[in-house]
Amino acid sequence: LLNMSSPPSPSPTRWFKALRLGEPCLRTYPLECVDLLRRARIAFQAGRTLKECFRLTQLEALVRMLEEHECDFVDALGRDLHKPRFETVVFELITVKNEALHALTNLKKWMQPQSTTLDECLVISEPLGVVFIMGSWCNPVQMCLVPLVGAIAANCALVSPSEYTVHTAELLHRLIPFYLDNECFHVILAGISDLPEIVELKFDHVFFTNKEEGGKIAVAAARTLTPVTLILGSKNPCYVDQNCDVPTTVQRIAWACFHNAGQSLTAPSYILCHTDVKARLVQALKCCLMEFYGPDPRESRSFGRMVNLDIFSRTRDLLWRSGKVVVGGQVTEAEKYIPTVLTEVAESDPIMQQEVFGPVLPILSVNDVDEAIAFINKQEKPLCVYAYSTNSKVISRIMQETSSGSFCSNDCILQSLMVALPFGGVACGMGSFHGRYSFETFSHRKASLLRGTRFECVTYLRFPPYEDRNLSLMTWACALSQKSQGWCQIL
Amino acid sequence: MSAPAAGEKMESHSQMVERLRAAFRSGVTVPEEFRRTQLTSLMSLIKDNEDQISKVLHQDLAKPKFEAILSEIEIVLNELHYAISNLARWMQPEYVSKSLATKLDDCFIRREPLGVVLIIGPWNYPLQLLILPLVSAIAAGNCVVIKPSEVSSATESLVAELIPKYLSQDCYTVARGGAEETKALLENRFDHIFYTGSQAVARSIVQAASIHLTPVTLELGGKCPCLIYGKINIAAAARRLVWAKYFNVGQSCVAPDYVLCTKAARDALVPALREVLEEFYGKEPKESPDLSRIVSDRHWTRLMELLKKTSGKVVVGGEADQEDKYIAPTVVVDLQGDDALMAHEIFGPILPILTVESLEEGIDFINGKEKPLALYVFSDESSVVKTVMENTSSGGFCSNDAIIHMTLPGLPFGGVGMSGWGSYHGRWGFEEFSHRRGCMLRGWALERLNGLRYPPYSSEKLKWLRWTTSPHSCSLM
Repeated sequence: LLNMSSPPSPSPTRWFKALRLGEPCLRTYPLECVDLLRRARIAFQAGRTLKECFRLTQLEALVRMLEEHECDFVDALGRDLHKPRFETVVFELITVKNEALHALTNLKKWMQPQSTTLDECLVISEPLGVVFIMGSWCNPVQMCLVPLVGAIAANCALVSPSEYTVHTAELLHRLIPFYLDNECFHVILAGISDLPEIVELKFDHVFFTNKEEGGKIAVAAARTLTPVTLILGSKNPCYVDQNCDVPTTVQRIAWACFHNAGQSLTAPSYILCHTDVKARLVQALKCCLMEFYGPDPRESRSFGRMVNLDIFSRTRDLLWRSGKVVVGGQVTEAEKYIPTVLTEVAESDPIMQQEVFGPVLPILSVNDVDEAIAFINKQEKPLCVYAYSTNSKVISRIMQETSSGSFCSNDCILQSLMVALPFGGVACGMGSFHGRYSFETFSHRKASLLRGTRFECVTYLRFPPYEDRNLSLMTWACALSQKSQGWCQIL
Repeated sequence: MSAPAAGEKMESHSQMVERLRAAFRSGVTVPEEFRRTQLTSLMSLIKDNEDQISKVLHQDLAKPKFEAILSEIEIVLNELHYAISNLARWMQPEYVSKSLATKLDDCFIRREPLGVVLIIGPWNYPLQLLILPLVSAIAAGNCVVIKPSEVSSATESLVAELIPKYLSQDCYTVARGGAEETKALLENRFDHIFYTGSQAVARSIVQAASIHLTPVTLELGGKCPCLIYGKINIAAAARRLVWAKYFNVGQSCVAPDYVLCTKAARDALVPALREVLEEFYGKEPKESPDLSRIVSDRHWTRLMELLKKTSGKVVVGGEADQEDKYIAPTVVVDLQGDDALMAHEIFGPILPILTVESLEEGIDFINGKEKPLALYVFSDESSVVKTVMENTSSGGFCSNDAIIHMTLPGLPFGGVGMSGWGSYHGRWGFEEFSHRRGCMLRGWALERLNGLRYPPYSSEKLKWLRWTTSPHSCSLM
């Protein structure tokens, strides 16, 4: 039987038990990381990752891995999160495949030096070196491999899947060496508390995704002057206007909030519902949930589970101390909730004060759009802001008067899955990725100016001994170029 | 100006940040009109006070008027013109390619201002390196706390005096002070911090910022190598090298720090350097009005210590005068990689020349050190230039010249590795101070297609979904 009742710890007794029972074993060994980092650096300095064909081969191998081992991933995620096969395939496998295919198609273009208006000026994309990617447990495969696609587009990488989703981490650890270059890419199994120590081994970029603990990573990265991308969770507001298509709204919200048992960085964290439509919304939600998961979601094969007891307990405590339950509310120690909807939640309720990691949806009432906007702006800028309305002016207002990592109207989550849109937070994190933005996160844009020695007839103007005459000539040329909006390089 | 008690100062910093934050929240900096007006005012600030600016720069660094005009005034005016003429275009939403299922939706990226940002300037180009990022921050719609360097105190005073006269006082303020005050300032939360300066201070800034998860742009320095190899017109190379090295008497983050070349090249280079130096600064460089001075006693002493400790031989220059904070343009040869002069960024008028036997040796030497802010190659052979460019990494790269690559607003200016991260100038600066927000405006249509993703899940639905997210469709649903 698998022991899911406590987050795995690296204690010796547990290792022993693991070896005996064939349980997945979590090993955290910063010393081994030092060795892996050294090997990756040597591989990078040898120039292995620079050739376009190498990068393409690695990306193709990644796609193959996902296709050939679909069953293994479904199985591992089923054990970690009770994730339905459908969700695994759609959110974990197809999303990564799309990113990889997008990168395969566009890599050549991304690698081209960008030329600016003058022939001799180029912006060249250079790899950074060895990067460290730490994934979260919400969508463990997606959060590790999508950044990896970006990193493969140039660098060597160490990847650390979340320790909470033990089986998935083990699977990645086992499979990656069969598909990707063994010197350039390594998967390590590390506990979240060991990560800052590993960050301090000094990488060229550090990429961290999770609901929390981002601060410790930022501090560790700061100590070693390492650039960092943090994709962190936040409380994502979702405004529902009195003018909206209630059945469709409800379906989209319910899908977003309860898939993966509510464990998603981009799902709405709370609803700001216009008082006029609240009763209808709640009623429609009840019906929709019935449609999705049947009368007893415990029996539904479409509903996931919480990742571990700690997360479960915290969510349960918040649930019991906040608002009024209108749907669900049943709670079972076997780490799951029946999708729960709360109403009459007040701003000061515990559930509004902390991150919620589970399938609990608080609904707060607002009287109009202004109140909603004011409420949203009082909080920290969230990762996503959502708004449902048939009135495009309302949508416009919410978009323009709030700030967030990303925005979507009349749907949820999709904007964070689009390869063409950058995904990242502002205030709750820094940096972004997806598609070309992943490639840019893991590259350095080197400005290059290639000159000949033939411009001497003009360049001499800048040399000492300084003459007022020369200065006038140069400032005149500058003024000319400023007016014409061209750029005349007279220096 | 007497220093107020520590507690008092901190309170006024927080109040200042709060005030700017309130101004930002009111949305006043967002409209294009406002940003344009402020940028135009900033341009007037520079144009109206050119003489004053040259004067204070001369006070701080003995900067010749020529250098002040070129490297502090014109470059800022260029950036302002560029920003004003491109602002509308930069502010446009960027529409992105859509997939099969999002064809009816609007998908675009909005550039949004970050909020209240802090810009910390250095002392070597006290106006340029403070105002250039300011231009980008204003263009991006932010409120700004401007912190000029206290080391270049005359410029600091002028900036503190002029900014409130020309820019909106609600949105932009100048914070003054030294290390202690900066530390106190950093205890407040900013939405972005832009720092130009040294690695040592950068570390403490990033650590302070990490507590608030504030993103930081770091423009640091590094030892910018200058490789001279292959066929080359030594006289032309010498002129550009001398100009770049001794402009602002070597106190530029992108000045060529040291030279790598073969023994033969060195033997041709040294007399060429001597000749050019005489051409530029005359027989007595101390008398030349075109040479600046070291910014402070502390830095003068630091540089003199290096000259004392070096095991190399001074072949040009070496003279110095403490009272005048003068150090002659100096060239040192016969030194090894572990010399005192090779340990840290020199940031002064001392040019070490190290010899290598081959191009590979030169490249290996460069790659054995931290990535610099700039890397230079002098060679008429394009294969040499290409080899160096492709086998080394640096913030920026320039062949057959130096420094000027950072004057082009079409090129991003920034470091990599220990020379910093982030970049600015032109559009890059606008992006640096903006948040790229992905937006998707969906309609209500295509709900049947959408329906494929809802529970209860079935193999049938999954099959259809897989088909719609075919290789050519770049998005899930």
